[in-house]
Amino acid sequence: MDDGFLEQYLSLFDEFDVLAAFWVNIQLTVYAGILGLVLGTLLATMRISPVPSLRWAGSAYVTVFRNTPLTIIMVFCVLGLWGQLGWTLSADFTTNFFRFAVVALAIYHAAFFCEALRSGVNTVPIGQAEAARAIGLSFLPAARLVILPQAFRGSVAPLGNVLIALIKNSTVAAAAGVAEAAGLMKTMIEFRPDVILAIFLTFAFGFVVLVVPVGLLTTSLSRRLAVVR
Amino acid sequence: MRTGRLFTAMAAAAMLTLAGCSSSDDDSGSDSGSTPEASESSGGAEGTIRIGIKFDQPGLGFKDGNEYTGFDVDVAKYVAGELGYGEDQIEFVQSPSAQRENLLQTGQVDMIFATYSITDKRKEVISFAGPYFVAGQDLLVAADDDSITGPEDLEGKNLCSVTGSTSAERIKNEYATGTNLLQQPGYAECVTALTAGQVDAVTTDDIILAGLAAVPANKGKVKVVGNPFSEENYGVGLPKGSDKCEAINTAISKMIDDGTWKQLLADNVGASGYEANADLNPPEPAACS
Repeated sequence: MDDGFLEQYLSLFDEFDVLAAFWVNIQLTVYAGILGLVLGTLLATMRISPVPSLRWAGSAYVTVFRNTPLTIIMVFCVLGLWGQLGWTLSADFTTNFFRFAVVALAIYHAAFFCEALRSGVNTVPIGQAEAARAIGLSFLPAARLVILPQAFRGSVAPLGNVLIALIKNSTVAAAAGVAEAAGLMKTMIEFRPDVILAIFLTFAFGFVVLVVPVGLLTTSLSRRLAVVR
Repeated sequence: MRTGRLFTAMAAAAMLTLAGCSSSDDDSGSDSGSTPEASESSGGAEGTIRIGIKFDQPGLGFKDGNEYTGFDVDVAKYVAGELGYGEDQIEFVQSPSAQRENLLQTGQVDMIFATYSITDKRKEVISFAGPYFVAGQDLLVAADDDSITGPEDLEGKNLCSVTGSTSAERIKNEYATGTNLLQQPGYAECVTALTAGQVDAVTTDDIILAGLAAVPANKGKVKVVGNPFSEENYGVGLPKGSDKCEAINTAISKMIDDGTWKQLLADNVGASGYEANADLNPPEPAACS
């Protein structure tokens, strides 16, 4: 289009705070990533443990949450836990939904973090576990000192993939009423149909900018950190 | 080294993608890209008309099995009838709010009856016939709640609206100081939160609220406050510069004059006890541009 198009496009950024919306996605990703990784590590440990009931519980969790659509978990958290049961995670109205969204994202991605880690465990030769046992370490110390550190180094790339999926899935938080990028995009399309394609491209580009460095970083880290055998 | 080369390749690929996208963006104003072919083959046989409606708004545009019901649907059928299309020649297409301009611009629908407010921004990219109804933003509250009579009573209350909607923005900009605004993907979710007692009110256009209140599952649990605080002129969305505008306006005037308009309104949303704002309804179709 003509010169006016650029002006129209730039006026979008005066009207709407695009960066703030993306910042919410980054915050969601960071909190949910940490929580999900902790939970995923716990689940992976359960799944490789010698206790059958723990193994069963771990794989049951993964089966259930890996096969449930994220939107359903998100809507359940808000309309089920908050709407019907009246649970709150914060006295502040907006923070409450942000935390529910973080919890939903973490619960869902923990299953994927767990499986990524378990693929890392499979890169650790059985001799390592046997050696750990031979020097008198029981399961937990062996996992903590010998198996998991090597497993983490072997699973940087799949963990990075889960993180990338998490960044993009953070847009599902719109279903929980969190004011993030996907919600803002909807608002912008409603009010500025004149530059609709430019709006789509802006948000697509924003996510590419967020995701590409993560991909590059995890690829180079996975090469550098992998245990040479 | 390898990473460096990879990065260069990715950057080049990204540039190409963007270049491709921006050029298609440029074209969209003058010709509408590749979509018309697709839509022609999908249902543009002689003598059918594709009408965009909502599929998820009870009382207005609702898909119930294979049936389409609601005020927008009935008005669409009447207008199409006046234009010479029988009911079997109408093909209803789902048109969610965010996609309406796109559907018209790419020729995937011929006209849209979907609670489509006439605004100047929208007029830049499409044309409107009508209005055929004047709605106003209102509040839906629990049936036994008499404490809320208008937006000024929302101080400290929880309010639900749909993400990206005009009504949510108006509340945020004009009334939100002490109001907790929950944004949900759809009105059904909002009504669920309302009947569960977690939000005190749901806001959008009064006729949409009336449609929700008339759903059997909600009957008797919620009510429309009946104090509209905005004016939304529902028009018929048409592709820019369409020649159908005059004929549609004539059909709308006829529908209002012969009493069909009133009857359709009563049939579709009357069960909630809602009555259209009599000062503004029925509207006079505006001149075609």
